[in-house]
Amino acid sequence: MAKRQDFVVRFAGEGGQGVVTASEALARIAADVGYHALTFSTFPSQILGGPTWTQARISTTPVLSPGDSVDVLVALNEEAYETHKEDLSEDGVVIYDSSFTPNSSGRMFGMPFDDLAKQAGDIRTANMVMMGALANLVGMPVKFLQDFIVNRYLSRGQAIVDANMKAIAFGVERAASTTFQIGELEPPIKPNYKQAMIRGNDAISIGALAAGLDVYVGYPISPATPILIYMERNLIGSGKFAYQSSSEIESIAAIVGAGYAGKKAMTATAGPGFTLMGEGIGLAWMAEIPCVIVNVQRGGPATGLPTKTEQSDLMTALTPAHGDQLIPIIAPGTVEECYYGGALAINWAERYQGPVVLLSEHSLAERVQNIPKPDLSQIVPEVRATYQGTNGYQRYDGYELSPMPVPGKPGAYVANGSEHDAMGDTTHLPSRHIQMTTRRFSKLKLLEENVYERENTDAPIAVMPWGGSKGPAMEAYERLKAQGTNLAWYYSMRINPLPPKLLEELRKKELVLVPELNYLGQFASFLRSHGVNAQAITQYTGLPFRPKDLVNRIKDAASAASRKAVSV
Amino acid sequence: MTSKNPEYDFKWCPGCGDFGVRRALEFALQDFCSYHERPMNSNVIVAGIGCSGNLVHLVEGEQPYGFHGIHGRTLPIAFGAKMGRPDLNVVVVAGDGDFLSIGLEHVAPQAARNLDVCCVIMDNGVYGLTKGQSSPTTDLGVITSSTPYGKLESDLNPLDYYLSIGVSFIASGYSSKPKDLGKLIQAGMEHKGFSIVHVLSPCTTYNDNYEQLKGNAKKGIEPIIFDVPKEHDIHDREAAHKLVNAAKIPIGVIYQAQGRPTLDQRLEDLRGRVKVRSVQEQLEVFVF
Ligand SMILES: Cc1ncc(C[n+]2csc(CCOP(=O)(O)OP(=O)(O)O)c2C)c(N)n1
Ligand code: SF4
Ligand SMILES: [Mg+2]
Repeated sequence: MAKRQDFVVRFAGEGGQGVVTASEALARIAADVGYHALTFSTFPSQILGGPTWTQARISTTPVLSPGDSVDVLVALNEEAYETHKEDLSEDGVVIYDSSFTPNSSGRMFGMPFDDLAKQAGDIRTANMVMMGALANLVGMPVKFLQDFIVNRYLSRGQAIVDANMKAIAFGVERAASTTFQIGELEPPIKPNYKQAMIRGNDAISIGALAAGLDVYVGYPISPATPILIYMERNLIGSGKFAYQSSSEIESIAAIVGAGYAGKKAMTATAGPGFTLMGEGIGLAWMAEIPCVIVNVQRGGPATGLPTKTEQSDLMTALTPAHGDQLIPIIAPGTVEECYYGGALAINWAERYQGPVVLLSEHSLAERVQNIPKPDLSQIVPEVRATYQGTNGYQRYDGYELSPMPVPGKPGAYVANGSEHDAMGDTTHLPSRHIQMTTRRFSKLKLLEENVYERENTDAPIAVMPWGGSKGPAMEAYERLKAQGTNLAWYYSMRINPLPPKLLEELRKKELVLVPELNYLGQFASFLRSHGVNAQAITQYTGLPFRPKDLVNRIKDAASAASRKAVSV
Repeated sequence: MTSKNPEYDFKWCPGCGDFGVRRALEFALQDFCSYHERPMNSNVIVAGIGCSGNLVHLVEGEQPYGFHGIHGRTLPIAFGAKMGRPDLNVVVVAGDGDFLSIGLEHVAPQAARNLDVCCVIMDNGVYGLTKGQSSPTTDLGVITSSTPYGKLESDLNPLDYYLSIGVSFIASGYSSKPKDLGKLIQAGMEHKGFSIVHVLSPCTTYNDNYEQLKGNAKKGIEPIIFDVPKEHDIHDREAAHKLVNAAKIPIGVIYQAQGRPTLDQRLEDLRGRVKVRSVQEQLEVFVF
């Protein structure tokens, strides 16, 4: 039997049962020995209890998506088993906790995780019992687990190490006594570069800090809270400030105030908070104040699906405020892009002197993945053009970006959210509204960068996902390519403004298929407004796409389009 | 605005109290700057939306920086500016509607933080700019354009409210005495912490209460305002409480807390206790 390239393990149980740590531990163990790992999790919106599941996909090559199906399901209670059994792959195996007995049979066996852990000498080793069993099922050398334990726990004493070793052995033993195998995993190919194991939200935080972030103000909200926590812990040096605000309305106005005062400022939120920030984002656009708003999307509207993933805030992010505006948007598609996107957002805000939205999403925010170690030297912090002259300066003069005065230095003006003249004084003259509107929109040109992915560009039909749907779409694209389907591939994390050359290419396509997680087909609609014949492939389940579904839907949409083209 | 700007199309009505407040703020800024030998451009005026907020465009003489933002959000903007740049002197100017209705949610958090900004509130007991609707300080039962049969809500006692939420410097002023008011505003700016100078600044168009405030001996109208008695101890919270609940409105410094650190001082203290890691060091945590 050919060896496996990858496998997916899902841990399902109740909140508080260590489900999350199990998948992260597995990912870490695998990455340590040279595999690639990607976790995916979804929790209930409650602290204790409630159905929780997380999974890890382990592969010999970089992992693009959570995958199609589950190869090993670790079910900690009956409900977990019932909910997830449908997702098992054909040769999938269920390991269930012996506290219950599934009312069906097949490729499954029970294990008393907690009892075995107690026998091993420490109840906290239940995870390692699972790991031992898993390693046996996929033919992974037990040494990988043992090395991990020694590295992690030796400093805490031999007793803990021994207990973990015993737990692993119990797991291996039990799994070996069954005849189930899911196929041996290919040995890892250890990357020859330094790696980081990091979560999307942390990657955004570090990217923003690398670009020189000074001030962070945010209000707790899933799934953006980890960014607040990260900043509160780390953004504390001299001249820096991180703070938990009393509301998102306060957050946005505070970062606008800090940006005005000459600082690089950011907030992070999710849908409900983002909506509250609308007026403040409009103020930053109108008064020309640099600032970054991270929106880690979740299902909406209203309180929506706080702990599920969706890409349904694009339209809101383009025009979060009332009136004429089009806010720059960067949407990272991978954990790595969270890092570079975080930095780029800060740079863009400084460069064009206005608000920038970094549009992330739940599935990326909580995803732990091993990526090449982010390169700090690749981030060149941009500094806004500031006014250096003496008094008598007209801050809002002209039709294009102009240097911004900083309080404490000459060039005093009034930053104004009402329409204004060159000094920033309120006015209602039509000629001024024309000048200032033109000026504000003209600055978007400064953000046009022809950076994007392209492949097989001669094909008449293209696939172009955005944000977190990049991974599943890429995986589907690769499979279709292997099957001989002729499709072009495009991708950009620069959503607004889109790279002009990319738009030029897209406009020439017969059809551009856009996989996206919303009902409206928001990005496809945005592309159509730019003269691209785009058609959305939508899903609104609160979960990411599965590559196998996308393969079918892309194929169907492409062949329907070709049939139409022929019949015309 | 140093000189008349023909494009600027807002005017206060003749007799509007805000003229006096503007003059007082100019006095305060000038004295504050010359006393501390700091440039005028190290001051930032964050203005609310209302007739009152237009003050930021009407300051004469040497120009401070200004920010005319959105309705009700002066404090959050000032919060970001001040915590980003503690070296700046940040002054909020706002109306009773802006500060005490739509923006009320921001007052108590800043009191708790003891944010080092000075707020000058122009209370005319009405929404001036939107043409005469009731505000939180409009008296119960008063007829306004939005309370055609009389206001159904009790009126807020702003001084008592500030005291109750722990504002660390509270003064009450009157717009017709710009020199005195200037002194109060300057004291507010000098105060290390969150200060509010709440100014009675009548609206001649929608709520002309000059006569009630000042009194009119000929008509036998007793003034509503009185000077804070000389013997009042401004550090005595109990005494301040009695003062702001008197039948009439005291003018002068009501209360000043002693020894309360400001938010930026607390932050500075925290920096001394916590190890700051560079971005490089932070990144290493994730590297394996
Ligand atoms: C979010 C929002 N809501 C409503 C308004 C309309 N508005 C402008 S000023 C104002 C009230 C002003 O009253 P006050 O703050 O007392 O200022 P005054 O004009 O009396 O000085 C209102 C309701 C607005 N600009 N923004
Ligand atoms: S309406 Fe009232 S508050 Fe507004 S400018 Fe006129 S007098 Fe002043
Ligand atoms: Mg008013």
